[in-house]
Amino acid sequence: MLKQKTNHQGSFAAVIAIAVLLGLIVLLENLSDLIPGLPAIFAPTSQLFTVLKKGAVYSLLAVSMNLLNGFTGLFSLGQAGFMLLGAYTYAILTVPMAAKDQVYYLYGGSAVKFSLMDLFQGIFGNAGFGGGVSLILAVLVGLILAGLVAALFAALIGMPVLRLKSDYLAIATLGFAEILRAIFQWQTLGPITNGANMIKNFPTFSDFNIKNASGEVVLRLSTFVPFLVSIVCITLIVLLIHSSYGRAFKAIRDDEVAAEAMGISLFKHKMLSFVISSFFAGVGGGLFAMYVANAQAKAFTSTMTYEILLIVVIGGIGSISGSVIGTFLYVACSEWWLRFLDRETYIGSFKVPLLRSGFRMVVFSVVIMIIVLFFSKGIMGEKELSWKGIGGLLQKLKRKKPAPAAEKED
Amino acid sequence: MEQLISAEYLVSILLSGISLGGQLALIAIGYTMVYGILRLINFAHGDVFMVAGLLGIYVSAAVPIYIAIPIVIVLTVALGFFIERAAYKPLRSAPRMSVMISAIGVSYLLENTATYVTGGQPMTYPTISFLTKTVNIVGTSTKLVVIITPILVLVLIALLTQLINHTKIGMAMRAVSKDFETSRLMGIKINTVISMTFVIGSALAVVGSILYFTTYPAITPTAGAMPGLKAFVAAVFGGIGSIPGAVIGAFIIGICETIIKGLPSAWNVSVFSDAFTFALLIFILIFKPTGLFGEKATDKV
Amino acid sequence: MGENMVLRMENVTMQFGGVVAVNNLSLDVPEGQIVALIGPNGAGKTTAFNCITGVYQPTNGRVEFLGEPMVCSHPTGKMKKNYLGSDGEKFAKERIVNPTPDHVVELGIARTFQNIRLWKSMTVFENVLVAKHMRAKQNVFSAIFRTNAKEEARMREETMALLREQGLDQYKDEIATSLPYGLQRRLEIARALATDPKLLLLDEPAAGMNPQETQELAEYIKEIRDKHHLTVFLIEHHMDLVMRISDYIYVIDFGSEIARGVPKEVQQNKRVIEAYLGVAEDA
Repeated sequence: MLKQKTNHQGSFAAVIAIAVLLGLIVLLENLSDLIPGLPAIFAPTSQLFTVLKKGAVYSLLAVSMNLLNGFTGLFSLGQAGFMLLGAYTYAILTVPMAAKDQVYYLYGGSAVKFSLMDLFQGIFGNAGFGGGVSLILAVLVGLILAGLVAALFAALIGMPVLRLKSDYLAIATLGFAEILRAIFQWQTLGPITNGANMIKNFPTFSDFNIKNASGEVVLRLSTFVPFLVSIVCITLIVLLIHSSYGRAFKAIRDDEVAAEAMGISLFKHKMLSFVISSFFAGVGGGLFAMYVANAQAKAFTSTMTYEILLIVVIGGIGSISGSVIGTFLYVACSEWWLRFLDRETYIGSFKVPLLRSGFRMVVFSVVIMIIVLFFSKGIMGEKELSWKGIGGLLQKLKRKKPAPAAEKED
Repeated sequence: MEQLISAEYLVSILLSGISLGGQLALIAIGYTMVYGILRLINFAHGDVFMVAGLLGIYVSAAVPIYIAIPIVIVLTVALGFFIERAAYKPLRSAPRMSVMISAIGVSYLLENTATYVTGGQPMTYPTISFLTKTVNIVGTSTKLVVIITPILVLVLIALLTQLINHTKIGMAMRAVSKDFETSRLMGIKINTVISMTFVIGSALAVVGSILYFTTYPAITPTAGAMPGLKAFVAAVFGGIGSIPGAVIGAFIIGICETIIKGLPSAWNVSVFSDAFTFALLIFILIFKPTGLFGEKATDKV
Repeated sequence: MGENMVLRMENVTMQFGGVVAVNNLSLDVPEGQIVALIGPNGAGKTTAFNCITGVYQPTNGRVEFLGEPMVCSHPTGKMKKNYLGSDGEKFAKERIVNPTPDHVVELGIARTFQNIRLWKSMTVFENVLVAKHMRAKQNVFSAIFRTNAKEEARMREETMALLREQGLDQYKDEIATSLPYGLQRRLEIARALATDPKLLLLDEPAAGMNPQETQELAEYIKEIRDKHHLTVFLIEHHMDLVMRISDYIYVIDFGSEIARGVPKEVQQNKRVIEAYLGVAEDA
């Protein structure tokens, strides 16, 4: 009984924390409009917001991969393929009819004579409040369908693939992702996929910035939207992991034979984990398309899968908060903090050695190798960030020296 | 259509298919031997192959090509040896997934380092006049490399088979691939055997890189990834751990890929030349996971 | 105690390549009894267990559970020619039934392992709770959106009750594999009980225990049998334990049965002494 109560308190606190975080994000993005003369870092075009947006998208991708690789122990390398399916599903279904001829000009227009945007705008109108509702619904339905298409494909390939053992599973899922990439670049499917060219002009994050009648932005929500979607999805994954099914997944990861001998159907549960992980990878793919404002098959290579895998490793395989922290660290380093490594720099007339384009990624990969080899548990291991944990950490820090500790919620 | 019927065209496709197959075979041996012994998909092997190509460019810029080749072999072998010692050996008792992640990390590191060094620009491989000489065969003119590749591959395989079957280290390799733990208990120096495997694999990758990049001269930092994966598929196709299997698998994949690329462009199928390899992989994994010549592995409960 | 057979193995043969690990084994386990399968190391005891629990598909033979056929097999394909066992034709006309291990558990057979297989990242409580998953009335959506709260609460309560009963409640939040060996064994049995079995298979439950612990274990097995209305089928090495608690004993060597009977009969059987105790003396 007592346990139940603390559980409720915990979830209540988590909801509050998420609401506060989302509020802060909105405030942060609009700060430069509210208070003129702030440093450049608060400008909506600064790297800070690039990091936040990309971090939100990649968090979901990392967490969905962690669900499969970290919590169920299935080593899959198909992430990029499921993202590709999600990105294309979202893009194809949401490009407005009016923009299709321009996007698909090489193929004389699109074969998909349907757009979620037009569908909802037909119902709610395309301006003012009705326009907003149309946009939200089109994006929402688009993202859900993106997830569903990826999940459906996972269900299809799961049948044969999930019977394979660890490294064969990895290489088979990698293979499927490569096959998908080829199919989506196939000229013959051009009227649907636009061949090897990109699909664009679909609704992106910046479309959520609210403008007044004269076209000036009055409220920026372009960072809030990916955060909201990502948080909702990650919350669902956390709820799953902490449910009876999540425990069954962990049992399979720890000892497959024992799990099966305790009545857990391996096939059913591996399939569930695979399909659910793919669903969120698909949604993440849709978000990724919104983030880069285009969908193009050549972006979804195995390198992308490796990147997300390495983020999961950095954060800790089997830790959701680890994946989130790992993502933001990784993205912040690669997009912002380590950028200086790529610039040739002079101190006086002295040229700092080594610094030039590409050095950042070398440093990065060395750091990753160090983590893989010497800190194989990553930042969090299998632990999760909790209020108690933060409290304990703060007290420890207090005893040593007062230090600022800004942490993300779990 | 007319193109397809021409006998010369057929011969030239077949020849370049065999040649590509031979090049893949040289990479595939590295995969299959490492997998046979460590049960590790050495994702970095394709990148070692790419680095060998880059080294070829940089070293031959300083010294004549025939002196450059041995230097490149030594350097690449050292790289392969070092990768094993630094990135795989510390994880010997770790779960298989960790070693594989380490391999992916090494691959990432090699690609990023290559991007840094080359500035991301495609590099052109030096012309080795001997290999690029044009010869006529069955009425088709082709580069000598196309003829030499399969012959060289067969010679190297023959040597390797001799080594594995008739030397002490070869015997140790066979023992370790049969049963890692028991071999260790029987006093076989596991680490020497593993290092030797990486040395042989890397050396063959250098030969492969010379032949491959003479045919496809541009080297980008990711140039090794695809041939690497294909070579791995070849190894799986032939039955992982089996050297003849890997070679036959590589020839089949090389020929099929060249045929797909050579199909009439109106069919738009050349984009599937890579995908075909993976389709083949999935087909094999599902219907005959042990490959053509692989031994059946039984799992203990 | 009724004479209903809970488990019945008929002519079960398990052949790996050219090795016959279990040869034509037939045995009955009556309801409510404790039946033991004994034999020297490598006699094929665990293989016999694996044939019952769906880990292996036997090459030939049938296993009935509660009067219903649960496993049925006969040599097919290449094995038809290479089959070395007997009665290869007996089940040839019957449909092959090859359940997965989880299905066997669902029918009501739970097992423990010779080399303890607890889930290492989980606490004692979670180890038992996971075993409750199979029979929970829920689906993945009700689990995510917590509309299964009542079911979850029931699972937790039952788990707690089971831990209390087994005297493990004080360890509930410890990592399962950090417990002392004897308690780990007990936890494995508790975990098996959580699947609500009718038949409990124990694979060398006394392995690694001293005489004192073994004696306690004997009492314990009887106790849970009575409390949970179980039938127990166990594999054991410790003659001590087997003689003390078994109602009936089957002895196998090199995969084949060499004797059967109540403990007294088996104890005096010459072949058993030769095969089993003789080996024990050598060792």
